[in-house]
Amino acid sequence: MQKNGPLALLFHGLVVAFVLAPLVIICLVAFTPENTLSLPTGGVSLRWFKAVFAHPDFVASFWNSIWLATLSATLAVAFAVPAGLAISRFTFAGRDALNALFLSPLIIPHLVLGVAFLRLFALVGATGSFSWLVATHIVIVTPYVLRLVLAALSGLDRSAEQAALTLGASSWTTFRRITAPMILPGITGGWLLAFINSFDELTMSIFVTAPATVTLPVRMYMYATESIDPMMAAVSALMIALTAAAMLVLDRAFGLDKILVGQR
Amino acid sequence: MISRPSSRSSSPWLLAGPGALFFAGMILLPLALTVILSFRVYDHATGIKDAYTLSHYIAVVTDEYYLGIFWRTLRVAAMTTLICAVIGAPEAYILARMRNPWRSIFLLVIIGPLLVSVVVRAFGWSMLLGSQGLVNQALQLVGLSPVRLLYTETAIVIALVHVMLPFMVIPIWTALQKLDPMVEAAAWSLGASRFTALRRVVLPQVSLGMLSGCLIVFGLSASAFAIPGLLGGRRLKMAATLVYDEYLHELNWPLGAAIAIIVLVANLLIMLAYNRMVETRARRMLG
Repeated sequence: MQKNGPLALLFHGLVVAFVLAPLVIICLVAFTPENTLSLPTGGVSLRWFKAVFAHPDFVASFWNSIWLATLSATLAVAFAVPAGLAISRFTFAGRDALNALFLSPLIIPHLVLGVAFLRLFALVGATGSFSWLVATHIVIVTPYVLRLVLAALSGLDRSAEQAALTLGASSWTTFRRITAPMILPGITGGWLLAFINSFDELTMSIFVTAPATVTLPVRMYMYATESIDPMMAAVSALMIALTAAAMLVLDRAFGLDKILVGQR
Repeated sequence: MISRPSSRSSSPWLLAGPGALFFAGMILLPLALTVILSFRVYDHATGIKDAYTLSHYIAVVTDEYYLGIFWRTLRVAAMTTLICAVIGAPEAYILARMRNPWRSIFLLVIIGPLLVSVVVRAFGWSMLLGSQGLVNQALQLVGLSPVRLLYTETAIVIALVHVMLPFMVIPIWTALQKLDPMVEAAAWSLGASRFTALRRVVLPQVSLGMLSGCLIVFGLSASAFAIPGLLGGRRLKMAATLVYDEYLHELNWPLGAAIAIIVLVANLLIMLAYNRMVETRARRMLG
């Protein structure tokens, strides 16, 4: 493999600077002691972080988003694992259609899903319901889990399963004792990816959340369109920190490139 | 749960059935309802009527106001795609030629922001591009007059490129991983210049990855919401912010639904065209 020349490295440096610039500026401005969005040149202050935790709306939205992401990621696993087994282990009429249906939320723009869910909510009277919000997030995050489960299942050596079956284990026992532990990394990676995607989702959620169920990104969007003060930077910095922590866990455990780029 | 692949049974439907029902009810049904909604008559005084009409679709494709927004959406998405390809392809190539640990670290830096909420990134850019932002301060520092960036199409394109770049780098990177580095070396030893080797050997092999990256970026940019919402301001609307306004400010749901359906159909057509293209290519390669 050839080395990169100085020109290539310069280009690379510019790209990296471009990618990191908005994130770095947020983390810097979050520590400003001033009342306006400015770099903390005259000293560092935590006042805007305190302001976030004293703001009841942001705190409520944060916990709402955490619960929403936890529930929808967990239920997405409950849908994706059996669906993944059916798709990878059986050949049956309608298998491709089933696969396409489960993965379709990746192709349908979130804007369109938001509009469609809003119509459904209006007709069944679900506006403002947290359970229905969870249902919409399950739809959006299940494909991420399914993809990783399918990848884990296809890379599996099946002789261990066959041995268990030959030795008289029931198919449920075989799944519980052999298959599940072997695809556990895929499931955990999928759960975390689903959690992050649910936690970050804005475009669909903004259509279907009611004042009582506003998620953190929706709250931030509303706040940023009305007023701009360093509190927004502090919330954003907290979100970056949270995402970075999740990213490190994902990377240490599975390799982030594998999860985001897909199995090779 | 686990059975021989040859066994013909109802097990797959027992396994996937509940999920399939849930997905059908949560995707196909709401989409069908939205299509129906887009044909309903709307009256500003009394709301949605029981009668059906094509007028929303006609309004969208004839009215200057909506056409202007659609053109802006296409223009911004095309610009974003082009810039992403111009930056993303060389960057993926440079990444692929790096050695570990740098390669892993920088791959993480480039694709990691994918996991940071798009609201956060849009907010970061609004600080950088604002009239008192870092970009303008830097311009003034070198003696140039400040430029108005925030609430322009330029700002939207810059921030969209930032959000979409990972979607371009990932498929090109994947294609480069499959490329044998010795093939490029062989081209050099046979007397090809670096540029020729790149153009004739590397580029054709990653072109499919690049194409899929372009389609993903274009589709996502054309339906992006947070970036035009926060960086375009009230007046500079794109398709997604227009739908949002029709739904939540104008309360004209049928018109909003019609625009959303147009966005969906355009997206699906692009995907179909891509699949067709990949299939023809695969067939040609197999002979």
